[in-house]
Amino acid sequence: MNPSRRRGAPSESGSELELFPAAEPPASRVVEEPLPNYRGAASYPGETAEAAIAVSTLTETARDILEGAFIPVWVRGEVTDFKAHRNGHWYFALRDSRSQIRCVVWNRDQRRIPAPPDDGMLVAAFGRLTVYPARGEMQFTVVRIEAEGDGLRRKALEITRARLAADGLLAPERKRALPRFARVIAVVTSPDGAALHDIVAVIRRRRAQVRLVVVPAAVQGDSAPQELCYALDQINRWRGADLVIVSRGGGSREDMWAFNNERVARAVAACYAPTISAVGHEVDLSICDLVADHRAPTPSAAAETATLSKTELETELRRAGHRLRASIAAKFSADRDHLRHAARDLVSAGVRQTSMRRASLERVSGRLHALSPVATMARGYSVARGSDGRALTSLSQFTEDMPFDLVLRDGTVPAKAWPRPRSEPAP
Amino acid sequence: MAPPAKRARTLTFEERLARLEEIASELDAENVDLAKALSLFEEGIEHLRSAAAELASAEATVQRLVERADGTFGVADAE
Repeated sequence: MNPSRRRGAPSESGSELELFPAAEPPASRVVEEPLPNYRGAASYPGETAEAAIAVSTLTETARDILEGAFIPVWVRGEVTDFKAHRNGHWYFALRDSRSQIRCVVWNRDQRRIPAPPDDGMLVAAFGRLTVYPARGEMQFTVVRIEAEGDGLRRKALEITRARLAADGLLAPERKRALPRFARVIAVVTSPDGAALHDIVAVIRRRRAQVRLVVVPAAVQGDSAPQELCYALDQINRWRGADLVIVSRGGGSREDMWAFNNERVARAVAACYAPTISAVGHEVDLSICDLVADHRAPTPSAAAETATLSKTELETELRRAGHRLRASIAAKFSADRDHLRHAARDLVSAGVRQTSMRRASLERVSGRLHALSPVATMARGYSVARGSDGRALTSLSQFTEDMPFDLVLRDGTVPAKAWPRPRSEPAP
Repeated sequence: MAPPAKRARTLTFEERLARLEEIASELDAENVDLAKALSLFEEGIEHLRSAAAELASAEATVQRLVERADGTFGVADAE
């Protein structure tokens, strides 16, 4: 295969490589050709044809010598022929305009590499030079890869993001509202990191009434993804928190890389309680930030968002008190109005009643008046009344010398019945 | 009057505020008689008092989650 014909191959002028210049290879030395011995006593293996060594001895010895001669180094070159093999290992070649070297990344070393590199990518690979005896080839065993222009991390982020998006984990409608009054807040972070320090300081300053429960996890280094996942899993089994903050302070891109890990992101998404992600500073956007229900620019901001200050709580309470008093006052004033209306109705009803009564009274008294003897007496009649008050209307009711009253229009006159004249016939 | 379930345990600050809001809404309703309104009001005042007391007493605490060997959890003081 002719490397110069391949896609993205550097031209002879090497213009593409200037972005990523290779160190000059050491000038090849001219060594005088030794003359072989064929026979005779050999002072070392392989000195004579009779003492020829096996191929495997050669390659294995070469391997031992190479491995002993080279400490691990970073090597710059262009990736070609990348293959992720079924056996889980990655194979590719690194090359520049003059040379190439076969490379392998063992399965177990891949988790330290953000993403598999693409053909044509200019990378720096860190590893150890060895010999692959089965093929008799030099092989560079790679354990770290950094791509020019952060290409590998960008690619890794794109891959992870696409995978999470495909599962709907980045959908805006997944975002849950944070509780307004979180009482117990789980904080997944390093127990002695800057993030925890900042969060505690904010909560103390605000005199927020919360319990912070720290769930320790490494937030950088190889074990960080696993520890973060484990801490989130513990929280899911504990179920004691109203809110979960996943946080770490600022740092290098590499330091914060665990928060771009797909497993960590999925663990955040799987959290039963609403989550706040606060990783690094304002400018650092992590995959965790995309998956969490809320993204805070800093750990301090997460603490501000997660809690209400005592002052805010007092304001809330005062508002509730006002509302209650206003409601009861409105209720009473409504009832007072009802009462006032009722009283007015009652009075006017009473008034109506009275005037009706007065009218009927007048009617009745008119009739009484018409029937009254007083009116008759006014015309000059008078009534005789006995001592028992009964009207005396017949002669038989009188006896001699009986006193009686004569009731006139304007008063009563005492009277007495005189003896009856003889001339009158007795009844 | 709050349902018995709510009376049985101590309400959280948040629940008290929610209940206060509920009470105010009930008071705003047209058809509440005076006796009912007064008992609602008294309940509300009680919630206000308790919430204020809670607010005065509580402090932020920092603890650490501890998983025991049997898979149960506890918290220990972090400081």
